[in-house]
Amino acid sequence: MDADNRIRQEGGTTAREATIDAIIGRRVTGSVLPALLLAACNRHQSALAPFGAEAASTRTLTIVLLVAAVVIAASMTLLMRHAIRTPGERLTHDQGMKLVLWAGGVFPTILLFALLAASLPLMRPAPVSPADLRIKVEGEQFWWRVVTAPGPGQLVSANEVRLPVGRTVAIDLAGGDVIHSFWIPGLAGKMDMIPGRINTLVVRADKPGRYRGVCTEFCGLSHALMAFDVVAMEPAAFDGWMAGQRGASATASAAAPGAALFARYGCGGCHAIRGTDAASAIGPDLSRYGNRATLAAGILPMTTANTAAFIRHPEATKPGVRMPAFDHMPEADAVAIATYLQGLK
Amino acid sequence: MRRLVERIRRLSVSLWTLIVPPTVWAGHFLFSYLWAALNCAKAGRFATFPTLYVAGTVLALLLIAAAGAIATVQANTPGDPPPHEQSTDLDRLRFLAVATQLLAVLSAIGVVFTATPVAFLTDCR
Repeated sequence: MDADNRIRQEGGTTAREATIDAIIGRRVTGSVLPALLLAACNRHQSALAPFGAEAASTRTLTIVLLVAAVVIAASMTLLMRHAIRTPGERLTHDQGMKLVLWAGGVFPTILLFALLAASLPLMRPAPVSPADLRIKVEGEQFWWRVVTAPGPGQLVSANEVRLPVGRTVAIDLAGGDVIHSFWIPGLAGKMDMIPGRINTLVVRADKPGRYRGVCTEFCGLSHALMAFDVVAMEPAAFDGWMAGQRGASATASAAAPGAALFARYGCGGCHAIRGTDAASAIGPDLSRYGNRATLAAGILPMTTANTAAFIRHPEATKPGVRMPAFDHMPEADAVAIATYLQGLK
Repeated sequence: MRRLVERIRRLSVSLWTLIVPPTVWAGHFLFSYLWAALNCAKAGRFATFPTLYVAGTVLALLLIAAAGAIATVQANTPGDPPPHEQSTDLDRLRFLAVATQLLAVLSAIGVVFTATPVAFLTDCR
């Protein structure tokens, strides 16, 4: 093979590689762009799909600011294009200084002040009265302790926040161990949960449905695996749900084989199930486990197999989880406990 | 008034007038934060009638306006149009004066932009 041939061949390879690169590039663009756009179709965890008053005004403000930013960028581009294309000495010194004063000083000041004034009303927290429903949420590594209507007759639960539509609700937020942040994108802005301090977020849902919230402050290895379900209910349905949930679990039967195993493996050392001896508040309350839509704080679908697998190897789903692994537990026992837990409704 | 203007005109070239507006702006910024924080921490609620805050803001704006007025008198000293780039006493004075004027305008806007959110806030949450 002479040198010319080799060069031609190498050139051919380069051309082929370039073609392949172009095809891959096109494919990546072809798949990434629609994926980015499809993200806008998310209705259950999106600040652009609000189901509450505060998120709706935040979305309006976002649109106003975005439009203003685009208009400002476009006008600046046009102005710069005009300045570059215009021959020199078209403006006298005085005219130039006046242009700088008005276009560079007065106009931006007025515009920025208008945008500031448009955004400030959102900083005013919604009014709340002592008669309004309170929900206390504590962030833990890596789950949420939810106490609806704290006080006598309170309802303790985990990883699921239920709200009545059309009523003002004050959510008291605290960090149980480290700093977390509570965010239901469709409902309101995010708020930090700080140990030893209570931050109150006042919200009002206006559209029933199932939504999702997330932790938005890095809190440990499984920070990204710390979500929760949000259920906005019609007021009457919410009142009925509250009344029905306060008592012992409907199918909490001591006769279930899983119930005995739950006690024998010492699960009650951390977890509580109303109506049984298990009353510890270290881990998530499991009283109505079977009613929840997801497992492991909004991460896995609620199935017996997932529950059994989580009991034996929680760290496989959530790295850094505080619950110890039960890898010595026979699978049949884990399935029995999972079946018992899923029956708690 | 004319005697005051004459007096200002006789002032020597100084960086002091130049640094007054941004320093007042910074002081007012700190004052705004302390105002909100102290009221919330000590009284437990936001001040409903913020006389002291309004007075502090007006004082800040007056100080900035004074520096701006001195700078305006000095900038109007007769001479060539800008840029004031010669190494002469006159150009140095006029350069500092124009810079002070611009800083005074910026600082006044800054004070107003800082005071507006405080006026809008009603709650310590």
